Parts: sequence; structure tokens; C-alpha cells
Amino acid sequence: MSNYLRTHLQQLEAEAIYVIRETVAQFERPVMLFSGGKDSIVMAYLAQRAFWPGKIPFPLMHIDTGHNFPETLEYRDWLVQHLGVQLVVASVQDSIDRGRAQEEPGHNPSRNTLQTVTLLDALAEHKFEAAMGGGRRDEEKARAKERFFSHRDRYGQWDPKNQRPELWSLYNGRKHPGEGFRVFPLSNWTEMDVWQYIRLNDIPIPGLYFSHPRNVLQRDGMWLAVSDVITPLPHEQVEHRIVRFRTIGDLTCTGAVESAASTLDEIILEVAAARITERGGRADDKRSEAAMEDRKKVGYF
Amino acid sequence: MTPDPYLSMDMLRFTTAGSVDDGKSTLIGRLLLDTKSIFEDQLEAVERASQLRGEEYVDLALFTDGLRAEREQRITIDVAYRFFATPKRKFIIADTPGHIQYTRNMVTGASTAELAIILIDAQHGVITQSKRHGFIASLLQIPHVLVAVNKMDLVGYDQAVFQRIAADYTAFASKLSVPSLTFIPISALLGDNVVHRGENMPWYDGPSLLHHLENVSVGASRNLVDFRFPVQMAVRPNAGFRGFAGQIASGTIKPGEDVVVLPSGRSTRVRSIVTFGGELAEAAAGDSVMLTLEDEIDISRGDMIVRSGNLPQASAALQCTLCWMSEEPLNRRTPYILQHTTRQVRAHVDELTYRIDVDSLHREPAQTLTLNEIGRVRLVTTQPLFFDSYQINRATGNFVLIDPYSNNTVAAGMIRRADQELADLKVANFLEKSATLRSPNVVWERTAIGREQREQRHGHQAAVIWFTGLSGSGKSTVARLLERRLYDLGIETFYLDGDNVRHGLNGDLGFSAADRKENIRRVGEVAKLAFEHGHLALCTFISPFREDRRFARSLLPEGRFFEVYVKCDLEVAKRRDPKGLYAKALAGEIKEFTGVTSPYEEPEAPDLVVETDLISVEDAVEAIMAELATRGIIGSR
Repeated sequence: MSNYLRTHLQQLEAEAIYVIRETVAQFERPVMLFSGGKDSIVMAYLAQRAFWPGKIPFPLMHIDTGHNFPETLEYRDWLVQHLGVQLVVASVQDSIDRGRAQEEPGHNPSRNTLQTVTLLDALAEHKFEAAMGGGRRDEEKARAKERFFSHRDRYGQWDPKNQRPELWSLYNGRKHPGEGFRVFPLSNWTEMDVWQYIRLNDIPIPGLYFSHPRNVLQRDGMWLAVSDVITPLPHEQVEHRIVRFRTIGDLTCTGAVESAASTLDEIILEVAAARITERGGRADDKRSEAAMEDRKKVGYF
Repeated sequence: MTPDPYLSMDMLRFTTAGSVDDGKSTLIGRLLLDTKSIFEDQLEAVERASQLRGEEYVDLALFTDGLRAEREQRITIDVAYRFFATPKRKFIIADTPGHIQYTRNMVTGASTAELAIILIDAQHGVITQSKRHGFIASLLQIPHVLVAVNKMDLVGYDQAVFQRIAADYTAFASKLSVPSLTFIPISALLGDNVVHRGENMPWYDGPSLLHHLENVSVGASRNLVDFRFPVQMAVRPNAGFRGFAGQIASGTIKPGEDVVVLPSGRSTRVRSIVTFGGELAEAAAGDSVMLTLEDEIDISRGDMIVRSGNLPQASAALQCTLCWMSEEPLNRRTPYILQHTTRQVRAHVDELTYRIDVDSLHREPAQTLTLNEIGRVRLVTTQPLFFDSYQINRATGNFVLIDPYSNNTVAAGMIRRADQELADLKVANFLEKSATLRSPNVVWERTAIGREQREQRHGHQAAVIWFTGLSGSGKSTVARLLERRLYDLGIETFYLDGDNVRHGLNGDLGFSAADRKENIRRVGEVAKLAFEHGHLALCTFISPFREDRRFARSLLPEGRFFEVYVKCDLEVAKRRDPKGLYAKALAGEIKEFTGVTSPYEEPEAPDLVVETDLISVEDAVEAIMAELATRGIIGSR
């Protein structure tokens, strides 16, 4: 490779850093969302690179459903220490307690949809104008048309028919008071790119991503981790299996896959051979053919 | 340790365009499926949806038609980005719809692409839309164009059909600027020549479409010569470190190299190129880095660091191609926000030279641009931009216009060049124009030395000689020679030329009747100042309207304003056409051009008439000198 050619990872990194810096330059109060998943971890590391040797000039915000893997919280607290960045936690339980959101009925309800309320309230409370998220266009069809700078109206809503054209590397963050932006620095990354980048840069990730023994039960075609919020129904069998997680979200809707991949190289090989998308393990997308589009319209990330 | 092929993978961004039924979505579905970039759950979802519609085959188009409205209408309505990779290369597809109303989306997708796939249905051959796609690829300077002649299965894999389409399209493309053009016959539905060659077209000996995508040279649209570093922000974590963050738009840079900071023009040297992974010995176009400099210079977002001896162009008047992207049509009175690199300035469209019919490629006159229309315009900005022409440097030749009221991105622009007529324009303060016209609190300050005193010392009287006449009539030629003569006689002259003031003082004005009036008003006032300082002011302005000339005359005392009508037959002026302006006006490139599309009102009672199509320049000058002497302005020789 000649001196001036760049690999796909170098190009994706340069693009993401450019977008993160544009967000800081164009908005007075940006924030970066942190979910504990590998995408938001990579995004936080990119933020470090964007301002090095300066510090990350915005806080990380975690929307806490209260249904976290303990490993996620442990990692989160380590990461903010490691990066020297401020952490803001917005709690779904608070939203429920304050009557802003209502727990869904049924056994082991997911708080995935409730997150939206907490997120919008927290953005308003802290007057965050632009929230960076680790969303990628390859994840899901409705995301394929998402912009780097995605405009949201004063209710946090996304109108897919009224998005600003984005050309070259010009990102238009102008807005009226009360409106906001979601910014997606990893738009052009795929699941594979993220893993390769983690591997290449030796980025530490939570142990949940590597194969480990765990008590799981099968529900809606997924292996869910048995915990305080996932308890077996009479007909469900708790099994001890060797699993790992391809995505990490809420305990109630993140499915494990059976896997022996215990190193990054093994994960990369497994992802390359995978015949099912990473979101295939998520119950939240399966509700309807246009599930993601509906959630994005009301302000979901 | 496993081998890491991804450490040497590169990346190609390409765009696809085709009409509704050309099979574009099917082609993309095929590429994704055959490179194993579609997963089982996606395949199942699509199979489910196909069955619900009662379709026999799995509809590959369903992979890409993402939003619900599109699935219902079965059309793609916005640019969608798809990804796949082979061990050699990662691909980003900007999948754009092909209908006429979606020129906007094609331009968006093309803006970042290095290759365009244009789909042509083998059954229909080259149609208007195929040409439009080629035109847009050429306009956006996409280095590689690949024409995929699809549905070969439906024409019996006939080589003659393919060859005819290739010949037709090559003929068309010769009118465009397309550096590399490749044709591949395919069947997206059945997979022939998409990923694998297949057996059905033994007469075709070229590569499969994927093979071509994998091997075409990348980086061809990057400019590695002209170092341009638009500053995103200054980073100073502590008193000891001052870095400037940005992504190198073009060129390369090393520590120790001499640079200039624009717009301040301050020179310094690069001290280091800082990244998280360590300092770099060299960085190139596309790299996001932080530069530190040898000298403390005030630099902020929007400034541009360039190499000494290789400066970009600087101008506040630009000739551009605009693609209009908003439901709200172009409004020439709107002070748009122009976003260029990391910089935002105010700009307005000073002149709409013509609109381009994207189907016929004809240029036509237009009053405005509406959604999906493309036109040539002259833009005037409040501060000069630092740019290269889009053709030379895509990264510094592009911009968008933002509506200041809705904040929407309303147009994409490509800079062709600085406007020559206004090349050295400094600042066009058209926004403040109306605010500064009347300043009631400013009183006229009389200079301590009166005009009479100055006239005495100068040895002649002060006056204004106002040359009026058609463009090309010889006003400037006569006035320049006259000034030479007067100067040689020791007379204090002051020369105001129509073209020159439009570079600076009146750089914010166009050629509408209102702007012409304002042009003359300002010149009249300046001439009066010169007059008050005892000078003989020579003013050469077309000044086609009587009322405006009357206003200039009204500023001066009786007998001190000489209106010289430089008379010349219009046909003679057109033939002379020293600046090529009549040709442009007749071609419709200049609106409101005196004598062509705008009237010239002949003076009713000029002080002097010189007919330059009948007498020589010398004779004309002599006639004026004689008149000045007769009136007692200058002494008789």
C-alpha cells in the first residue's frame, strides 16, 4: 500500500473523528450516549482520539433501564475513569417513579421503549442540543437512510421524509431553539469494522462479549440471561450453556448466542461466518416489519 | 495468531442510479446476497414479505427498500447506504433513486462517490434517464463510470444488443467529462457477470461487475498536490499546547514545512502533526490530525492552513453550478448561509446565468431554480472564500447553501472559478446596505481648506467630466488618453472607472435597474468628494438612465459637471466587444445588458458629443480639451 493510501479502518476512523469534532464545534452543549455496547465503547475511544492530548469536552450519558448486566455498570465506571470524562446517568426507574413512563404489563417486561421517555427528558433537563450515538447504517433497514447529523424536532421526533441532504463532508447543524440533533459518527461502520477496530487498537471490552458459562433460558426464540429481571416461567427450563453476546443492551431483550469464541480473533472469524444479523438477537426489532422506523419516529435512538 | 487481511483492505464508495424498473435494487440485493452480506434473518424477512405479496421469486429489491412508505409504493425515495466487503475491499453503496424528481438524491449520493454504476435495461437501450445519470456523474466529477447493461437474459444474451448500447452511450458520454467508462453486460436477477462470470455470455471476455469494483483504482478523486487544512477547532488543554484540529482536505504535509494561515496571511512553519497514536512524519488528504505551529498565531474555526507558495484562490464572487434541493425555490433576495469546508458566510445569488435541462443538456434562461433543477450562477459572499475549482479539488470546491429562516440545506454547489469581473472584490456588505444608506446623525464635515484654495494652488478649476455611452463605445479609451494629457499639463486628476469600482466600492451591486442606480449614486458622491478637493474627476460609466445622470449632475454646482456622450453605433460596439460581453449577453449568459436586453437612454442635452465611430480617439480628446479650455476649467494652451 502506497504512502498515501489508507485502509478502510483508517478512513472510517478519520471520518468519525471529523464528525465528533464537528459536533463539538457546531453545538454548545453536546453529549455522547453510552450504552455499554461495543459501538458506544468504540465511539468513546474515538472521542478520546479526536481531542488528544486534550480531554473529551463533553459528558457521556447512560440511559439506565435498571435492567443492566452488572458487567456493563462495572465497565462503564472503569471507562469514565480511564478516559477522564464526566458521566451523566438518567434512570428509567426515575421516569416511572415520576409518572413519566409506565412499566409494560406482563412477565419480565422490557424497558426498551420506556428509554425513549427518559432520554428525551434527560436531553431537555441538561439542555443537550446534540446527542452522539453509536448507531450504524448497516444495523437495520430504517437506519440505512439515516444522516450523520439527524435533525429532530422540538419533540425529539424524526421525520424520515424531511431530512436534510448531506453532501461531501458538510454537516449542517443549524437549528431553531428547542430542536436537537442526533449525531452518528459510526454511520458507515459495519459490525465487522467495529470488531476489527477493537482488535487493531486493543480496546478493552466487557467480558460479556467473550464466551462464558451462564444460566440462560429460551424465550421468543432467544437465549436470555437468567437474572433478577429474567425469571423462568413454569414451563421454561434454565440451562447452563457456553454463550456470548453479540450486542449488549437491556437484560430483558439482549439474546445470547452459543459460542466458543473467547478471543477477538475468534469473534472476528465467527462474525465473518455468521448467518444471522446481530440485531436478529434482539426481541425489540421483531415486533413488526417496520419496528425500528416506528421507534425512531418517536425519538428512539 | 490468525492473518489479518483487514489490515490491508481499502475502501470504495460508489453510487448506483437507475430508473424504477432497471433492476437496480435487484442488482444490489444480488451483490449483497452473493458476497454473503445478507443474513438469514434478513432473507427470511424478505421471503415472508415476498410471499405476502404473492410473488413467485424472492424479491431481492426488498432488501434495500427500507422505509415503510417505500415498501408500500415500491420505489426508493431517499439515498440509502449499504455495505459489503470482500477480503480485498470494503464497499459503501450510496443507493439513489432514479426518477426525475430525485436529481437531488443522485447528486447527494454522487458527492462522495468514486465510482458510479449506471444501469441500462437491455430491452430499452439508452434512455433519457441513463443520460441524466451520466450527466450528474460528470457534473460531480466521479472518476469512474460503470455502465451495467442489465436484463441481458431478456434479450437472449445477444451480443449485438450490448454492443449497440455501449456504442450509443459512448457517443453520448463523449460530450461529458467522464475520465473512465466501462461497460458490463449482466443479469442481476440471475446473477450473470455480477459476482461470477457465468456461462451465458461466452462472447464477453471482460471482468465481472464485482471484479471490476474490487480492482478499480481508488483515491483517484483525491488531490494530493495542494495542501489545504480547514481548521475545525483550536485545542488547548494547557498553556503549553496549542493544536489545530482538522481533516486534511487535500495534499500532504510534513513537520518543518512552511505554511500560511488564511485569511490573516500570517506565515509560520508546522512544528508537529499530533495524533493519539503518536506524532506523524507525514500526513495526507483524508487524515484527521492536529497540527501545532512554530509561531503563536491567532487561528480559529473556519481558517485554512495552506502551504506557502501554493495558495488557493480567494474571492467573494464565484461562478458556480448549483443544484437546487428544496421545495422552496431559489430567491435572489435571500441572504443564504454558505457552508464551505469548516466555514460559514452569508451569500446571495447575484445572477442566474442559465438553467441546464438535465435531460437535453440545453442551457435555457430562467428566473429561478426549483427543486431538482441545476443552473449556473454568480454568487456574492460577504467575506472572501478560499477555494480551488471543483474540477481541480473536489474537497475545497464544494459548498452547500442553507436557508437562514428554515435552516434547511437548500442547494449543493460546485465552484467553477472566481468571477473575473469582480475578482478582487473585498467585502460585499449588501446586508448592511439598506441600514447604512441614511445616517441622520452624521453631519457634513467641512475640510479646513476650501476648494477655492486648492483650485488656486492647482492652477485650474475643479470639475467632473462624466462619460456616458454603450459598452464598447470607447469611454475608457478616450478618458485614459485625456487623463494622460491633463496629467502631463500638471492637472490634478481623479479617475473613476465603471469596472474598477465594481471590484471594490460597489462590489455588492449587480446590474438590475435598482443596483445600477445605486452604483451611479455612489460614484456621483465619490466624484463630488474629489471635486471638493479641487480635482478634475473623470468618470466613465455606461450610466444608461437619464434620471441617474441627472442625479450625479445635481450634486455639483452649475457649470462644473460636463456630460460627455461617447456616441457609437450599437452594431459597431458589438463588433468591437473588447471584453466579450456582448457575446455573452447575446448568448443569454448576462442578464440586463445595456443595448441588448436593457435600454440606453441617450442624453438629451449633453455638454459634448464625441462620435467614436466617426473620429479618432486623439480627435475626441482634443475636442474635450478644447471644451474645457473654453469653459475656463483649464487654462488655454
